[in-house]
Amino acid sequence: MADVTFTVDGKKLTAPAGTLLIEACRKAGIEIPAFCYYPNLSLQAACRMCVVRIEKMPKLQTACTTVVTEGMAVTTESDEVKQSRKAMVELVLGNHPLDCPVCDAGGECELQDMTFTYGAHESRYVEIKQHRDEQQWSPVVFFDRPRCIMCYRCVRVCAEGMDVWALAVDNRGVSSVIAPNEGDSLLCEQCGMCIDICPVGALTSGTYRYKTRPWEMNHVGTICTHCGDGCKTTLGVRPVNDGVEIIRGDNRDKSGINGDFLCVKGRYAFDFAHHEGRLTKPLVRQTDGKLAPVSWEHAIDFTAKKLREIRDTRGGNAIGVIGSNRTTNEEAYLLQKFARSVLGTNNIDHHRTADYTAFAAALKDKPGREASLRDFASARAILLLGNDPTNQHPGLAWQIRTNVRLNRARLYVANHEDVRLRRQARASVILPSDGYASFVSYLGGNDGAFRGSDLTASFRDVIRKEESLLIAFGSELRGRDIQALVDFGLSLPNTKFACLGDYVNSRGAADMGLLPDLLPGYIPVSASTQFAEEYGSALPAQAGLDLIQMFDAAGQGDLAALYIVGANPVSRYGIDPSALKNTFLVVQDMFLTETAALADVVFPAANLYEKAGTVTNTYGDLQLVKKASDRAGVRTDFEIVVRVVDKMGADPKKLVPFGKGVRADFGQSRGAETGEADRHAVWLVANHLEPKLSPFDPFAVFDEIQRLVPAYNVPRLNLLLGNDEHLKSELVQIESVAGRRDLVLPANDVLYTSGTLGRYSAKLEEVVASATILMKPAETAAD
Amino acid sequence: MAYLTTHPDVVPVVSYRFGKGATNIDRYIELDGYKAARKAIEMGPEAVIAEMKASNLRGRGGAGFPTGMKWSFVPKQSEKPKYILVNGDESEPATCKDRLIFEHDPHSVIEGVIIAGLAVGAKMGFIYLRGEYRYLLNIMEKAIEDAYAKGFLGKNIFGSGIEFEAVSHTGAGAYEVGEESALMESLEGKRGIPRIRPPFPAVVGLYGGPTVINNAETLATVPHIIRMGGAEYAKIGTERNGGTRLFCLSGHLEKPGVYELPMGYNLKRMIYEVGGGIPGGRKLKAVVPGGSSTPVLLPEEIDIGMDFDQVGKAGSMLGSGGVVVLDETVCMVEFALRTMRFYQHESCGWCIPCREGTDWLKKSLTRVHAGGGVDKDIDNIQYLAENMLGRTFCPLGDAAAMPTIAFVKKFRKEFEDHLDGKGCPYKHSLQHEAVLA
Amino acid sequence: MATETTIFSPELAARFDKLVTLYPVRRSALVPMLLYAQDEVGYISKAVVAEVARRVGVLENDVVSVLSYYSMLRTQPIGKFNVQVCTNICCMLRGGNELFEHCKKRLGIGHKGTTADGVFSLEEVECIGACSWAPAVQVNYDFHENLTPESMDKVLEEYREKAQK
Ligand SMILES: Cc1cc2nc3c(=O)[nH]c(=O)nc-3n(C[C@H](O)[C@H](O)[C@H](O)COP(=O)(O)O)c2cc1C
Ligand code: SF4
Ligand code: FES
Repeated sequence: MADVTFTVDGKKLTAPAGTLLIEACRKAGIEIPAFCYYPNLSLQAACRMCVVRIEKMPKLQTACTTVVTEGMAVTTESDEVKQSRKAMVELVLGNHPLDCPVCDAGGECELQDMTFTYGAHESRYVEIKQHRDEQQWSPVVFFDRPRCIMCYRCVRVCAEGMDVWALAVDNRGVSSVIAPNEGDSLLCEQCGMCIDICPVGALTSGTYRYKTRPWEMNHVGTICTHCGDGCKTTLGVRPVNDGVEIIRGDNRDKSGINGDFLCVKGRYAFDFAHHEGRLTKPLVRQTDGKLAPVSWEHAIDFTAKKLREIRDTRGGNAIGVIGSNRTTNEEAYLLQKFARSVLGTNNIDHHRTADYTAFAAALKDKPGREASLRDFASARAILLLGNDPTNQHPGLAWQIRTNVRLNRARLYVANHEDVRLRRQARASVILPSDGYASFVSYLGGNDGAFRGSDLTASFRDVIRKEESLLIAFGSELRGRDIQALVDFGLSLPNTKFACLGDYVNSRGAADMGLLPDLLPGYIPVSASTQFAEEYGSALPAQAGLDLIQMFDAAGQGDLAALYIVGANPVSRYGIDPSALKNTFLVVQDMFLTETAALADVVFPAANLYEKAGTVTNTYGDLQLVKKASDRAGVRTDFEIVVRVVDKMGADPKKLVPFGKGVRADFGQSRGAETGEADRHAVWLVANHLEPKLSPFDPFAVFDEIQRLVPAYNVPRLNLLLGNDEHLKSELVQIESVAGRRDLVLPANDVLYTSGTLGRYSAKLEEVVASATILMKPAETAAD
Repeated sequence: MAYLTTHPDVVPVVSYRFGKGATNIDRYIELDGYKAARKAIEMGPEAVIAEMKASNLRGRGGAGFPTGMKWSFVPKQSEKPKYILVNGDESEPATCKDRLIFEHDPHSVIEGVIIAGLAVGAKMGFIYLRGEYRYLLNIMEKAIEDAYAKGFLGKNIFGSGIEFEAVSHTGAGAYEVGEESALMESLEGKRGIPRIRPPFPAVVGLYGGPTVINNAETLATVPHIIRMGGAEYAKIGTERNGGTRLFCLSGHLEKPGVYELPMGYNLKRMIYEVGGGIPGGRKLKAVVPGGSSTPVLLPEEIDIGMDFDQVGKAGSMLGSGGVVVLDETVCMVEFALRTMRFYQHESCGWCIPCREGTDWLKKSLTRVHAGGGVDKDIDNIQYLAENMLGRTFCPLGDAAAMPTIAFVKKFRKEFEDHLDGKGCPYKHSLQHEAVLA
Repeated sequence: MATETTIFSPELAARFDKLVTLYPVRRSALVPMLLYAQDEVGYISKAVVAEVARRVGVLENDVVSVLSYYSMLRTQPIGKFNVQVCTNICCMLRGGNELFEHCKKRLGIGHKGTTADGVFSLEEVECIGACSWAPAVQVNYDFHENLTPESMDKVLEEYREKAQK
């Protein structure tokens, strides 16, 4: 829309016609207070805090509902305006408990701030305040009625933002109350958006309430470890006896790819870090067959010696390595480098949750065709093939819903199940569960491929008419089907794609070459020259064993050692424990999982919240992970590998090129607690090394990644500032992958599960057990 | 049974058929019924609106907005269907006039709705009655049925090829629903929370379509205007205040009742002549001129004509036409308290100043009336009311604040007499516990 | 379209089937439907909420949210005759408070109370639109106006007799 010019407090401003005055002012740095106004939610004009004086208007006007017009003259801070705002604060405070010293929101409460700003410090109210006991609505949501100021943000974010409609207002007048849908409890997704958005301490979190004061925490913006969306989350941490504890997860940093959103896992499921089953000492299997705690020194020595021996006697082909979907890119990269250049094997793989390889092949030489998560918030049209984002990619579901709501984006859904996003869909079709491939073929013009109704035909017609389309597909599509889908998409004028995989760094694991046949950046192992030069050693040229083959080999006695990092294949793939009887098994994990329980050596590993590095979400958005918490006794997967390599007699400087003009890490790996003893520095000094850069500094490896994997060569500064950078995926180098086994095993996680990790989150377990969660779509949306 | 009271000064326009059995459709037709609707079809929309403008009819719901002008705001072209909505929520304390219309002359409302529909191009009208008016709903339903049977409503009204449907609808107890945008919400099956304006109902109203909302009396007057001509109707009242209105006289009067009097009728005369004066020779203390939301007038302020402009000049409002007369025995603090209890009970709770302000004022007034007040309470009451005024989401907050400010300003001495443990000095006053919570 | 299972009488169910068709959206029938359901069932039970939600096509908590807004709608059963005494300004000026006190004493119950025999409930209400005929009382939907304590007794007597029949 055309720009209009208007004045605010004598300043000349311009904004597009139709902009809300409150937004126009905020953009110009003029803060207008508001309780009820919340960007992108429906307008309420209920709190009356945003009143301003507009010339020629008889009364004060609410800036949250006024649109700017040409020549408008506004005063935002006159005595009259200030008095009006002060009166509103006084009125709310009349019935508001002044329990700020114990209130969870104390120190980050919008009502406190307003009281401070407008000086409503004189108490005029002498009556008894209405009291109602606090209610627990679910394991994670508590409601304190007297503190509620009725801004309706929670009701709106639940209905409009989440499409869950679990909150409503009951009664009227002063008796009005926010009410959950089940009378005294909630039946919802337990996303906690209502808590985040509450300006006061009326809605509080079951994991955080009464634990601490906000100013006693450090707030670290990092990436959620759970699903493939990689939402930005802010962890509130504080030092405790044995490390640094996470007390809260929320989304106070709204700059992330998830916008306002965070789901139940991102918000509450950080507690696995404090699970009592957490390993803090290395374990080594003793002669009596039992695992017993030993010193790090011993465990590393023992492992290194054993691996070296096996490599030197039986060759690298007798060793297998399985990597993780939840470690950083640097760790995944380091692990494959370790496997290939130190252990001398291509037997390396990971639990694959989507066929990123086929996707990379299909997009080869097609610049700018991969959609970032942000693209879903602004796309004009979206086709969703398979997958249930509400359950598996909640961040994506949020972006799609928001886009449909605010921009009337057109969503098309083709799925074998009644996924909830159908409610936002312009058109949808139900496919047979094995019908995706034929449907894609049908979309591409092969009429005989799919027996559909008129509906299917019109579905295809509207999609083909889209000028600009995003196609997101789930693990239902693999290999050649992905190629076919991409071919179809490229026949339309302007299409981008997203391949939906399951965990925080599933995409990174594939990109970083945790594959038996492909090096980082999907370069065939047969074409390893550049890598060999950089690594300074020859690399095996034959494709190695994949994950299934490794266990088969182990069962046949052909795998002498297996090194597993952050994965639980024994449970995930139902491996018979006896298959590993004759294999030297090393596991790096947080817990004594089914896999770790069979190991000869178990290293207690740090999780994603306890380390720094980068991760790549399933859309190819690269983000920085910052160290938030810490646990005495554990080490990062990165450090463990480096130490093992060191003790194996290999040169850690070759593995982590921290001497070669690498750029400094901006202190990112230090973590939140400045007082933390710097083990790294101690180690460096002990080894007569320059303490400037540590061999445990993932950024040294990131440097190498950027050199060798062109797609990852994105501007680094922006990343370090905590922003996401979309990969240049067209730079992926890959040969034809015909006939390749995809080995994709979808995780099938829902909103409340998170693979093995989810089992160690007491909060998630509690939420699941509480019967307050919405598993099926709500019957009807209110209109 | 509600009835109209007579007096020689009464000018029966709206009440012309009252007491004559006009609930019966045939009887209504005999008494010139549905002639105006036929005439309006012949006249066409522009002429109808011109006639309405000429009549100087101002809305009888309270705000006194010129009806012809309101209709002319409805866009000619609209993608969404247009609607007519009759506001029969009549809940303003001291107001009981629409009740008479529904009871005695339901077809005049239907006819008014049809004419409004013709004028703005609406094909459907809703007649919303407050929930307590169940017996009137039954009357209204029957009247609508009869009008359909005669072909006055339906696909082809009066054989003109024009379509018009009418539906009667009940509320379920909520004063706020009388506010026009809350009324639409309620009719859409929601809580009676007002809407943000703009857009105004004439542009975006019921179900998103342009909507004319008028008070029942306003619409019942319409057929008479079309019948007698706008200019003729305008002559009855004063300048810019055409016609008559139903005044509801209540309180300390010999002859309380509903009287149809010309706009601009002198208030003093209304009280002493029409209403028969104050019983027992007691003295007049105050008059609330237009329903509980309007600021109180002192005896020396009542020698005024009862039209929107003159009452406005006197510092109050003509409002809904409910004239409440208070004699010298009334405790003004108790009266102020009872008024505030009403608004506290009826606040929808949407915005801070109304929700919290009415509650706070009710509590303070309760305490002051009971003798628990201190000096600064009086200022505080005024402060609160003044800070609500003009700040609320809808006019209910003003309706609570305006009379309160007037009570404190005009009867401050009486508030002071209650302070410091003295309690209410008026013996008759009932220290009756406020139970409506 | 008829709703298959109903807790309402066939007449009321038929009325509801029609009611939802009268408006451009079904939801418009919500408030009247709740009131009519209450008239038949006596109050808005959980079952009423559930069926009404189904009939108008909204969530049950939406129905609760709406019904709790309107002061005539109740979620608990009350006596057969609900005596609603107006004490708003016009009635107050003409003895509304005294009338309410009188009813309390006569019936032996307070605001929102119900007599032990279940015949009467008592309620103080806001203006009912009988200001010029104050003080006034509504018993269920019937108006009684220009009352005095004595005439109030007669009114109560009549209802008591009705209750016996
Ligand atoms: C709180 C409040 C309650 C109202 N109650 C009624 C009412 O019961 N009946 C009515 O006709 N208008 C009522 N109104 C006025 C309406 O909003 C609206 O102005 C009126 O129905 C328009 O009709 P008119 O132009 O014919 O007067 C109320 C306004 C407010 C602010
Ligand atoms: S609970 Fe919080 S978010 Fe919800 S209305 Fe109350 S103050 Fe607003
Ligand atoms: S932000 Fe405008 S009224 Fe609340």
